[in-house]
Amino acid sequence: MSRAAAHAAATRRDDVIRSTGISTGRLAIWWFLGSEIVIFGGLIVCYVLFRLRHPEWGALARHTVTPAGAFNTLVLLTSSLFMVLAHAAVEHGDLKRASRHMLGTIALGGVFLGVKAFEYGHEMSMGFTPVSGLFWSFYYALTGLHALHVTGGLFAILAVRQMVARRSDTHRVELVGIYWHFVDVVWIFLFPLLYLSN
Amino acid sequence: MHLMPVAASSYAGDIDRVMWVITLIVGVWFLAAEGILLWFTFRYRKKEGVRAAYVPGKGFRQTGWILIPCVAILLCDLAIDAFGERVWDTIKQKVPPAQLQIGVEGRQWAWTFTHPGKDGILGSPDDIVIPNEIHVPVGVNVAFTVSAADCLHSFWVPELRLKQDAVPGRHIQGWFRATRPGSYGVLCAELCGVAHGLMRGTLYVDTEADYERWLASRTGVQAVASQPAPQTAPQTAKTGGKS
Amino acid sequence: MSEANILDPPLDPPQAAPPTAHAGAHDDAPHGFWSTYFFSTDHKHIAKQYLLTGLCMAVIGGLLAHVMRMHLAFPDRAVPGFGEVPAGTYNALITMHGTIMIFFVAMPVLLGGFGNFLIPLMIGARDMAFPRLNMMSYWTFLVSCVILIGSFFVPGGASPAGWTAYPPLSANVAYSGAAWGVPLWIAAVALEFVAFLMGGINFITTAINLRAPGMKMFDLPMMVWMQLVASVIFLFSVGPLVAGAVLLLLDRVAGTGFYNPGAGGDPLLYQHLFWFFGHPEVYVILLPGLGIVAEILPVFARKPLFGYRMVVYATLATGVLSFIVWAHHQFVSGIDPRLASAFSITTILISVPVAITMFAFVATLWKGAIELKAAMLFAIGMVGVFFWGGVTGIINGSAAADIYVHDTYFVVAHFHYALIPPVFFSLFAGIYYWYPKMFGRRLNETLGKIHFWGTFLFVNVTFMPMFGLGLRGYPRRTYDPRVFAHLGDLHPLQLAATLGTIGLLLSQIPFVINFFGSLKWGAVAGKNPWRANTLEWSVPSPPGHGNFDGTPVVYRGPYEYSLPGGDADWLPQDLAPGRTP
Repeated sequence: MSRAAAHAAATRRDDVIRSTGISTGRLAIWWFLGSEIVIFGGLIVCYVLFRLRHPEWGALARHTVTPAGAFNTLVLLTSSLFMVLAHAAVEHGDLKRASRHMLGTIALGGVFLGVKAFEYGHEMSMGFTPVSGLFWSFYYALTGLHALHVTGGLFAILAVRQMVARRSDTHRVELVGIYWHFVDVVWIFLFPLLYLSN
Repeated sequence: MHLMPVAASSYAGDIDRVMWVITLIVGVWFLAAEGILLWFTFRYRKKEGVRAAYVPGKGFRQTGWILIPCVAILLCDLAIDAFGERVWDTIKQKVPPAQLQIGVEGRQWAWTFTHPGKDGILGSPDDIVIPNEIHVPVGVNVAFTVSAADCLHSFWVPELRLKQDAVPGRHIQGWFRATRPGSYGVLCAELCGVAHGLMRGTLYVDTEADYERWLASRTGVQAVASQPAPQTAPQTAKTGGKS
Repeated sequence: MSEANILDPPLDPPQAAPPTAHAGAHDDAPHGFWSTYFFSTDHKHIAKQYLLTGLCMAVIGGLLAHVMRMHLAFPDRAVPGFGEVPAGTYNALITMHGTIMIFFVAMPVLLGGFGNFLIPLMIGARDMAFPRLNMMSYWTFLVSCVILIGSFFVPGGASPAGWTAYPPLSANVAYSGAAWGVPLWIAAVALEFVAFLMGGINFITTAINLRAPGMKMFDLPMMVWMQLVASVIFLFSVGPLVAGAVLLLLDRVAGTGFYNPGAGGDPLLYQHLFWFFGHPEVYVILLPGLGIVAEILPVFARKPLFGYRMVVYATLATGVLSFIVWAHHQFVSGIDPRLASAFSITTILISVPVAITMFAFVATLWKGAIELKAAMLFAIGMVGVFFWGGVTGIINGSAAADIYVHDTYFVVAHFHYALIPPVFFSLFAGIYYWYPKMFGRRLNETLGKIHFWGTFLFVNVTFMPMFGLGLRGYPRRTYDPRVFAHLGDLHPLQLAATLGTIGLLLSQIPFVINFFGSLKWGAVAGKNPWRANTLEWSVPSPPGHGNFDGTPVVYRGPYEYSLPGGDADWLPQDLAPGRTP
């Protein structure tokens, strides 16, 4: 920006400064995801290093309910699709449709958590609790942390949906969407690492 | 009063030399930097009517005053790395053939040392297991295996310039060759709970004759030894790398 | 963590939209006592909250150190005002002293305090990008402080597991005896990280996105650069430790075995996770400390910062290198010797970018017109004392030499020489320099100089003897010096260090008097008492709500002092070309 143009910009009192041209919210969400990536990344790297040392964990992974995990993968992917559609609807100014799509995401997120709870119950009933060995400790820690993020995301989407209903802060649909895709991507890493045996 | 304890192992002198070489190199830089800092501070105190010079430090003609010394620092660094690496290599990689095997186990809050008995084999029934006392003959390559029963400990004999953490679940190997007969303190150098500071042992570096006498005096007492011998054929420190 | 708060967009655009009806939004000017002092979203208030909380924690941390030192000098006597120091208590003291000073003093003061206060003011913004997130960051931090201090009073006392909290000692109550202290320690530290993650995201987005018109990245004052790089380092290094802390907490309270070899876990895993964060953390603290010095040196030498761009690039290089040095804390922990060699090289290499920065500071003084005000004394003192920490770090960084000095008092001396300059010297320099901006009044210079010379003298009296102790093989974290009969002749050194600590604490009295007395009796400071260039000096002291009347436009870099021509020897960043200050 030339100095003169800068001056002109400054005289417009209501101008929002975005030095990078990227909206501050989007910038923040990406940095936030950066910090999330290193949290999950740290845990996943630990798990992988242990897994390489313990080939016998492959057999343990067979006790996870792979079809349920696969179904959940599909559920999350679909929920992400709804989030994309919601964002597109906002861009087109169709807030009603955006709201409907977000409801889809929330419902599918709920399904994901339900299936996950069923899996936990099933595994615990077979005697595989968080303290029955390191594989299960990792399994519960990783999926548990992920489930917490799903839960947090659901509340965030719910809150943003309220804003959309009030026709305020609609740009947050995109932000919460970016976050939701991240949660989705984490699952795509977790699923093969934890469920598939070899 | 000495600056450092007496050097009593084959590589103690090497470690001391690394420290002195580094001290010498960085000492020169340190004195130069502090000297210039002080000189500038006093020389360029504000004087009436004297304006500061506008020196933004742009372009290599100016930044060169910093960057060229820093290239020199880089070279010093590499020299220190190379010099230190040779000693590190001697201690960690070029392990000489062992003439005596010793087991070292840390637990809250004592050391347990396992010596091979007359048969010279660790893990055989005539092992000599003593708390807080370790006997080795002078001039002999001693291979030791450090393990821990509960939390972290660190096997440390300052005079030998020897320090190795004891990590539960690992059997970490190391070696030393004591060069001076005498008795030296064995300390724990890793916080291990309430009595960490009291976790003391003694290393007796005996002459060949004294060692034989000690060995003979221990014959028949092994039955008293109640500690299980540490596992034999431990993994080396090399394979015990990052999890 | 509530996602909704993270997602807050710049609710209040920095160029203030008309007041909105949002409750708690930044635009409703402060009214009542509570909204001003407790639930303020104004970055300046939050900065002061952070600063004062950090200083209070520093008092606690300092007194803990005092008790330790008194015990080490007079082990057979009770410490006056505290009582006997049994071994368990001593371990809790060292743990809490380290934890408090690193996590609960250095970070809140340097990042939370100075970062919060200065970033918006220096870049011409009306506030942080996310004011409410900022407030939440402080409150989360305060809760973590309460948890940490509260852990002194639970059954079993505070955590005695060291500030590094290595398992298995920290993971098993049978080994440490502190049933509540350790879980509370983990919770407090984890919560504190969450607080600084919120702060970090805020700092980064603010610094790169809310710059005043005309302010390019290379027009940013060095303080903003340092805060930015420190926040990025923190953001990318803390994750593994958050993960590590969660696993440790699970081991401790749920009975998992991530670090328990009996269950297939590995204690070394924690050490890697801890130091992957722990070493970058040193630079998270160091860089803002350097930033303060970089602001002060040019002002009191009336010269541009020497080699601004060079220093920025060196800082970036330091940040990158700081991620690949962590295993130098583990040379004797049983890691692969070849790995240790590699980490030894990277560790020693980091001396190059740090040396560039420090030498640039020294070069800034060359041909200056130096005024040794209290702020300048502390800034120069920071550079001088830090050299000690820097050069002794090379000995620790060489794997071979570290075999000997690891976990001795030599290390203790080294890291105090490395951390006290950026934490305390920079903190004091910063307070003497920005106090007029923060509170509208000036501090007393005479008291400030007494404070400097006392602090400078006694820091050296305290920590210099520790090099000697360490070289003789005196192990750190040992509570009873009497058991080391062979080290008995070193008692004078222990005694000297203790006397130094007492002197150091007493030297802070003039500062406390000055700090609180000047609120009332200090000379009223104008807008720009130091004739400085950066934007924070273009607004009233203290700045009003929203900081700037209108939007400043930036025409030049931050350090244009003593430009040839013209009468004034300074040229503010927002001064339109052709005008004089």
